[in-house]
Amino acid sequence: MAKHEHGPGPHGPGGGFRKPKNIRGTLGKLMRYLGRYKLHLALVAALLIVSSACTVGGSYLIRPLINDYILPGDFPGLARMLAVMALVYVLGAVCSFGYSRIMVHISQTTVANIRADLFSRMQDLPLKFFDTHTHGELMSRYTNDIETVSEALNNSFGSLISCTLTFTGTILMMLVLSPVLTLVTFATLVVMLLVVKTIGSRSRRYFADQQKALGEVNGYIEEMIEGQKVIKVFNHEGAAREGFRKRNEAYRDAATRAQVFAGMMMPAMGNLNYINYAVTCCVGGLLAIRTGDLGGLAAFLQYSRQVGQPITQISQQVNTLLSAVAGAERIFEIMEAPTETDEGKIRLVRAAEDETGTLTRVHQDTNTWAWLKPDGTLVPLRGDVRFDHVVFGYDEDRTILHDVSLFAKPGQKIAFVGSTGAGKTTITSLINRFYEIQGGTITYDGLDVKDIAKESLRRSLGVVLQDTHLFTGTVADNIRYGRLDATDEEVEAAARLAGADGFIRHLPQGYKTVLSGDGGSLSQGERQLLNIARAACANPPVLILDEATSSIDTRTETLIEKGMDRLMAGRTVFVIAHRLSTVRNAKAIMVLEQGEIIERGDHSDLLSQKGRYYQLYTGLAELA
Amino acid sequence: MRNKLWPHARPYALWILAGVACSAMEAVFELLIPLVMSDIVDVGIANGDQSYILRKGALMIVLAVASLCFGLGAAVTSSVAGMGFGANLRRAEYDHIQTFAFSNIERFSTASLVTRLTNDVHNLQMSLMMSMRLMVRAPVMLVSALFFSIRISYRLSNIFLVALPLLLAVVSFLLVTTGPLFRSLQEKTDALNLVVQENLAGIRVVKSFVRGDHEREKFAERNNDLKDTSLRAFGKVVINMPIMMLIVYGTIIAVMWFGGQMVYAGTLEAGKLITYFTYITQIMMSLMMVSMIFMMLTRTVACAKRVAEVLSETPAITDGGAETGADGLPAEPADGSIDFDHVSFKYNTESSEWILEDVSLHIPSGSTVGILGGTGSGKTSLVSLIPRLYEADRGTVLVGGRPVNTYTMERLRESVSMVLQKNTLFTGTIRENLLWGNPQATEEELWAACRAACADEFLERMPEGLDTDLGQGGVNVSGGQKQRLCIARAILKQPKVLILDDSTSAVDTATDAKIRAAFATELKDATKLIIAQRVTSVQEADLILVMDGGKIVARGTHAELMKTCSIYQEVYQSQQEGGSMDG
Repeated sequence: MAKHEHGPGPHGPGGGFRKPKNIRGTLGKLMRYLGRYKLHLALVAALLIVSSACTVGGSYLIRPLINDYILPGDFPGLARMLAVMALVYVLGAVCSFGYSRIMVHISQTTVANIRADLFSRMQDLPLKFFDTHTHGELMSRYTNDIETVSEALNNSFGSLISCTLTFTGTILMMLVLSPVLTLVTFATLVVMLLVVKTIGSRSRRYFADQQKALGEVNGYIEEMIEGQKVIKVFNHEGAAREGFRKRNEAYRDAATRAQVFAGMMMPAMGNLNYINYAVTCCVGGLLAIRTGDLGGLAAFLQYSRQVGQPITQISQQVNTLLSAVAGAERIFEIMEAPTETDEGKIRLVRAAEDETGTLTRVHQDTNTWAWLKPDGTLVPLRGDVRFDHVVFGYDEDRTILHDVSLFAKPGQKIAFVGSTGAGKTTITSLINRFYEIQGGTITYDGLDVKDIAKESLRRSLGVVLQDTHLFTGTVADNIRYGRLDATDEEVEAAARLAGADGFIRHLPQGYKTVLSGDGGSLSQGERQLLNIARAACANPPVLILDEATSSIDTRTETLIEKGMDRLMAGRTVFVIAHRLSTVRNAKAIMVLEQGEIIERGDHSDLLSQKGRYYQLYTGLAELA
Repeated sequence: MRNKLWPHARPYALWILAGVACSAMEAVFELLIPLVMSDIVDVGIANGDQSYILRKGALMIVLAVASLCFGLGAAVTSSVAGMGFGANLRRAEYDHIQTFAFSNIERFSTASLVTRLTNDVHNLQMSLMMSMRLMVRAPVMLVSALFFSIRISYRLSNIFLVALPLLLAVVSFLLVTTGPLFRSLQEKTDALNLVVQENLAGIRVVKSFVRGDHEREKFAERNNDLKDTSLRAFGKVVINMPIMMLIVYGTIIAVMWFGGQMVYAGTLEAGKLITYFTYITQIMMSLMMVSMIFMMLTRTVACAKRVAEVLSETPAITDGGAETGADGLPAEPADGSIDFDHVSFKYNTESSEWILEDVSLHIPSGSTVGILGGTGSGKTSLVSLIPRLYEADRGTVLVGGRPVNTYTMERLRESVSMVLQKNTLFTGTIRENLLWGNPQATEEELWAACRAACADEFLERMPEGLDTDLGQGGVNVSGGQKQRLCIARAILKQPKVLILDDSTSAVDTATDAKIRAAFATELKDATKLIIAQRVTSVQEADLILVMDGGKIVARGTHAELMKTCSIYQEVYQSQQEGGSMDG
């Protein structure tokens, strides 16, 4: 349960650097989200083009400024030209603001949409999915992965396009200014690309080493800190230090190598750019002696300082983009996981029974429920549950229940007894179809549960589990979780029925007391009482009590027992319990062993069978 | 806080110094280049002196190469210093955590300690590295560029008197206004994560009550809230860039206007004007870098605080009171007798209620003691005081006739073996895990312990036996098998006191009985304390303690308690009714 509290996984910080498996497919799926903003994106593209053109064009204006106005001393002309320049710059800034603002809108709403879809989809996943994925793993989809996607959409996406545009524009303008000087720049650019490639590929290799070492040291930390208490009990601190020291040093060495290479990129690119600048200056100077185009040289120098930037930026953004794609891939994996199948068409409806016993569907609150078949006929809900040769295993190849058949007559209390792992909880999980059975059939009032819409099926069954789960919110909110439209009076009535009213009134704000951290301020018994109140509020025709009292001490148990008895009155109830007092008055008791029902019957039946139950009960008889 | 962290960076002081010098030199050399360029324009082109141009060009390349060398030097030194500092700090923090008592660990919580060791240290080492590269570079750039600009033209530099304060005002305004927005963004993110966490933890409840739609609504509400806040926060951030750009461009235009007039008047050379542009861009870029560094540092300060908190935590339990035995070595418990003398204990010193209240007790060496009681009755707390996992607040706990604090923790815990309720196996083979109990154990001893803990039956079925790999956290064995391995590990210590804290809950009744029978022969002389839910687990004990509300409410043998203690009778009765089937 505490799994979601874990810190970073073994991959730890920066662990997003994992190669995505299917870039094209994932990008396609992302594009579908972005596709909703076609108009926005078109506008972004337009603004990007204008702003890049302004940046590139603005620098070109230096040439006429110097050549035509400053050197000849045409000040009115200079003023006019500077006004044009200002206009170009303002336009560029406005466009750049515009596209960033729209991109923020697109990226944040897209990320919100992805989050909503992910959460929504998760609600439809079968329990089996949650059994096989840790909370920490699923949480990191919301925290790490969505974060990287958001970052990439916010920054990298736009800057990648703007860099490409600026780069092409700059090269074009350089060609216009001076093809010879452009050639010089090209030579430098080729060298730059080579440097990026060699440093980049070595850096990537070292980076992978670093991530691996980081994963190891973080994994070790996590395991050791989790087991710190065991380490203390076994005086194992020395070995734990030694194991850590080795991994810590390995990580330090790998990280130093990786960071040296990553850190070389910036000075290398920056200074290569300066060498380019120097060569341009020389060649440009020599050319300018002949042409006298001083403004052209100034503009060109401005360009040659800008041309390297996009390359550096692109090489930086590629990593962000790759980890974003990898993150998106993991998100989509969950979204594409198979959901719970629900082909059931039969629905649960309120009904009223007239004197002749015929049912009619009504919409007001009655205490009578019926199943509405697709053909419009009504079947009264009675709580008749039958298992017919049911075979089930959580894994296909490990059967937990072998050929289980059982029946519960309406209004009866059915009890399951057996050791842990015998399959008691499994049986109740199958009634509300948390898992799919591999063989046999389960019927409910004569209807195959597969034909009943899951929502209706589960609404007809109230469950009180051994593990209590409370949500952040008021006490009343938590009880109302059973039936969202319950009035305050109904909530309090449910609490009274469960015997929870007493302690709730002693809380600082009564029913309005806010619970947080899974109701950590309440005792286990009080939490369980709220759980029972929640089931009472739902007022379901059938109840499942799964070891609802097993983790509670004897005194609280007596307190809860009364509430339970009131709750059970008049309903079909499936009970998994330890105490024979609960079991004894059950109409049918099933003794389970290793997924098989070895004995069944009511109390006296079982006694006369003189089997396992008899052995237990005679032990009790001697006692009493 | 600085005092806590600096010692771990100190070994790299020279590296840091060298790195800072490298970054500063890199920046200075970089800025000299445009200055040479102005000579090319103003002297070389103006005079048509080709060789002058070539000579100056060569000088520029030399300067660029020098700057490159310093840049590479900065990359190397900053990486070595940053990563080395990180490793030192991580190790110091980790080693310090090894000295923590249980109460220290609980104060921080395991998850938080892990984050402080991983994310926080990682952030700090990257910050040191990046600040060595950027934090020096930006101010050096700024100051030198300003210096060179003023040297080129004092009059023109008056423009900075307007531009710089304006830029600073805008940057600080944005920093101040976005700060609260980002804090609220963090709050909204936490609120959203809470919904997901509770949904995951209570997924069975959600599904049972068909509350998927309700959960979706709850999520949608927080999600929209988060979206709105992030739109506002990021919307504000994107103003940053265009405004800065406008200021930079405004400055360029002003320089063009005033500079252009100066060039015509002959008080400024054209080449100098072009160089001036370069410096303007440089100065503005450095300022932006400074603002970025500030953003980064606010996060780093938070991380540093969190790490320093761990480093300054004083271990609650130390060996301060340890005495030496007759042999001059630290004292060792003489036997497995245990005494509690008016012991009171609570986990939280501020809480008004005692977890254990005035407990007195004598357990003779070699006896078997069963402890029963409801949740929260104080069973685990009682036994935790014996290996001194916690310190009693009042009274004395004695093992082997001496107070527990007169032993070193190592000696005491060698003699007292405890199988914790939440027990852990570690990555590695079963053999490696068992050797924790006794690193010198022979193959024969290992198997004997496994037999005693009834682990031999499943170990023999495993193809690789003791060398089976457990996987992380022991995922390759079932709950019951894990518990038996943990017991075997504890037996291997050949302790004088063995404590089992509800350690057979996942083991079936028959095996449970077999393990207890093995204790009687394998650990004849050891004192055995068994906390159990099941009466059958403690029925044959020499002494059974019944605990309730932090007190021992009844003590005696099974037969005695059946006559005198109503709670014991109740528990026994309820468990006879099917409880004994509940393995």
